[in-house]
Amino acid sequence: MHDMSAHAVQHGAPTSFIRKHVFSLDHKVIGKQYYALALLAALVGMVLSWIMRIHLGWGSFAIPGLHLLSSTGAPGNVLTPEYYLQLMTMHGTIMVFFVLTTAPFAAFGNFFLPIQTGAEDMPFPHFNMMSFWVTFVAFVVLVASFFAGDGPTLGGWTQYAPLSAIGSVGGPGEGIGVVLWASSIGLFCIGQLLGALNFITTTLDMRCRGMSLMRLPLSAWAWFITSIMGLTAFAVLMPACILLILDHIAGTSFFVASNLVINDQVLPHSGGSTLLWQHLFWFFGHPEVYIAIVPGMGIISHILITNMRKPMLSHRVLIYSMGALAALSYMVYGHHMFVSGMNPVSSLAFSFPTLVITIPSTIIVLIWLGSLYGAKLRINSASLFSLGFVSMFISGGVSGFFLAQPSIDIMLHATYFVVGHFHLVMGVAAMFGIFAGTYFWFPKMAGRMMNETLGRVHFWMSFVGAYCIFMPFHYLGIAGNVRRYQAFTDDYLIPLIPVHKFITIAALFTGVAQLIFVYNLIHSRFKGEIAPNDNPWEGTSLEWSTATPPPHNNFGDKMPVVYHDPYQYSVEGASTDYVMQTSPEKINSPKEEK
Amino acid sequence: MATTVHEPPKIELDRFPSQGSGNGGWRNLVPADGDLRRVKDYSPLPASTGIWVGLASITMTFAAFTSALVVRQGASPDWRHITLPPVLYLNTLVIIASSVTLEISRRRVAAFMGGLKDRATNPARWLYITLFLGLLFVAGQTFAWLQLKAQGFGLATNVSYSFFYVLTVAHALHLLGGLGGLARVIGKLSKSVLKRSTLDATSRYWHFMGVLWVYLLFLLWMKL
Repeated sequence: MHDMSAHAVQHGAPTSFIRKHVFSLDHKVIGKQYYALALLAALVGMVLSWIMRIHLGWGSFAIPGLHLLSSTGAPGNVLTPEYYLQLMTMHGTIMVFFVLTTAPFAAFGNFFLPIQTGAEDMPFPHFNMMSFWVTFVAFVVLVASFFAGDGPTLGGWTQYAPLSAIGSVGGPGEGIGVVLWASSIGLFCIGQLLGALNFITTTLDMRCRGMSLMRLPLSAWAWFITSIMGLTAFAVLMPACILLILDHIAGTSFFVASNLVINDQVLPHSGGSTLLWQHLFWFFGHPEVYIAIVPGMGIISHILITNMRKPMLSHRVLIYSMGALAALSYMVYGHHMFVSGMNPVSSLAFSFPTLVITIPSTIIVLIWLGSLYGAKLRINSASLFSLGFVSMFISGGVSGFFLAQPSIDIMLHATYFVVGHFHLVMGVAAMFGIFAGTYFWFPKMAGRMMNETLGRVHFWMSFVGAYCIFMPFHYLGIAGNVRRYQAFTDDYLIPLIPVHKFITIAALFTGVAQLIFVYNLIHSRFKGEIAPNDNPWEGTSLEWSTATPPPHNNFGDKMPVVYHDPYQYSVEGASTDYVMQTSPEKINSPKEEK
Repeated sequence: MATTVHEPPKIELDRFPSQGSGNGGWRNLVPADGDLRRVKDYSPLPASTGIWVGLASITMTFAAFTSALVVRQGASPDWRHITLPPVLYLNTLVIIASSVTLEISRRRVAAFMGGLKDRATNPARWLYITLFLGLLFVAGQTFAWLQLKAQGFGLATNVSYSFFYVLTVAHALHLLGGLGGLARVIGKLSKSVLKRSTLDATSRYWHFMGVLWVYLLFLLWMKL
């Protein structure tokens, strides 16, 4: 350890309640705030999915109390077709932005990136605080659309123009609902940009002595790569939201074409490009998929290594592959637009890198599987969810091979096949990454252990439940079941209704498992078993070498010095089966990074 | 306008080497024998890196606006040519001049902080001049918007006007952030707590705003 007692921390320990718990500058508190926001958002998103699933299985079933959400959207406690779409839009938006982006990246990254790099805090703590609170306001604005005008927007989380840009003449949710949606997402972008600024600078400039880039744990690398993606992707979505808002409130014509007649009214817009929105949105949208999943890759790699008691087959190749995913994610966005009428040559140009991006994905998966082969894995809730992540990522990724090819995608576009694909590969997989991270890092964050039995019950119910929900989606899609339909009245869809009923039951079953998780989380926070020591999993990275919970400046008056690679497990000749990064113990490891 | 600075500002050595922590980099791996004397401290300053990261983000935002302009122009024949308000060219001179004055200021303050200049020299003078030129630029832009509006050309008159307003207002909002940064630098300088890295980062941001404006003017002149 290196004496830091004479050196000032960036900001003193807070004394007031407001500064300590509300407008905190401490990255650890901000990380917890992000986690709490993501948890709240996930619960809202899950309840919305239950309502939708019940409606899809039993369309006339009255859900008690639903009319309280909207008397016009759910008269007699049964969803109207428009309100179904409004809830679906909010489900997608909340889950993609406020859960899948917020929890694995902003929450865990905020808490652990500075600690894993050996920093006292983020370099710009005021920006960090603003990052959370702007994101919080964005969530409030989005939820406010439930109660404003005729409810939230119904355009889907992608908000395709011109539907999203024509205003209230289009029907329920097309007026103030879209403006609130775009305002919320614009604010969210600002929050993430401020966060990315801190993440990148922390990684590059705040590493402790001896912490070379290659000595960073894989989770830190994943957050670093994700922050670079976030910096460039959200900076594009924000101007798109501004233009969308202007089409609504200022009468501009960025996205609405000339002479468009909606509900017998000729709209006053002229010459707008409907495809312009798709270009701007998907330039953000595809990197967003990786913004959601790459942190999970880093987190579960970190957890698997700790539980395998050996490093991955190649630390460097895994990092390079995650970097390749990030770089390629900008070159493939057109595969979301194969049916937009684009030139077939353009389709080919987007199809090719889409197939190429499967190469780094496959390399990552093979490294995981090859490393697991023969490993004596310690089975616990965190490692189980990590294995679940690998399983979901493979299952969801395989269907991506089909969708990458325009000739097949044209048939499967906008069907449940696509919904099943992205739910598995970026939804459930990312959620499993969040769960794995929670079970793994909870002792460090809260000083207590989570209940292991409940954790395993949570895992098996979620694992089985998720497959029961999303595997049949692929079948439905191949059978021609178009997504976004709120009822199945066409002849060819009627035989599929039993499948939908099965999926609904599976969704409710899986939802119950998540309530078990919430109970476990809250109960363990206050009454869980006290963590036996600062390093209950016998990990090697810096978060396990500091106190539990970490002090205000993360390491007290002794800043860490790093001597080793992040994953020195089963080292020959060492006194224990692991050597911490801060241990000055000499080891004989020919594989030490230089 | 000017402020008298009685004492030379304290030179706050940024994070290194005073704080001693910081990145090792591949050159600085700590040897297993723990002999830290063999380790050289080196790290770029967070403010220095951070400003480039921020500028990258702003670049992406304006690249997105530019792409939108190009796509929208090609999407429909309703694009109308507009004559840019002449005051924009004057504003361009003003913002270029502000970069020059800021650079003079930056060098003087740096010299002043290093104790190379006479204490009587007022290092804040050129910062105030830069601030004034920045405000003059914003006033000039506002004049251009009002002039167009008085001529009946609003945000929704034609999409070319829409882009004109969106791009110029977006730039002006970013420039206001730069003005805030300049005011902060002046405040810190007057309290003798200015860090060199803060001054450098603010300067880079301001110069970037100038370059961005010249690019936008060229884009608007060429496309609108």
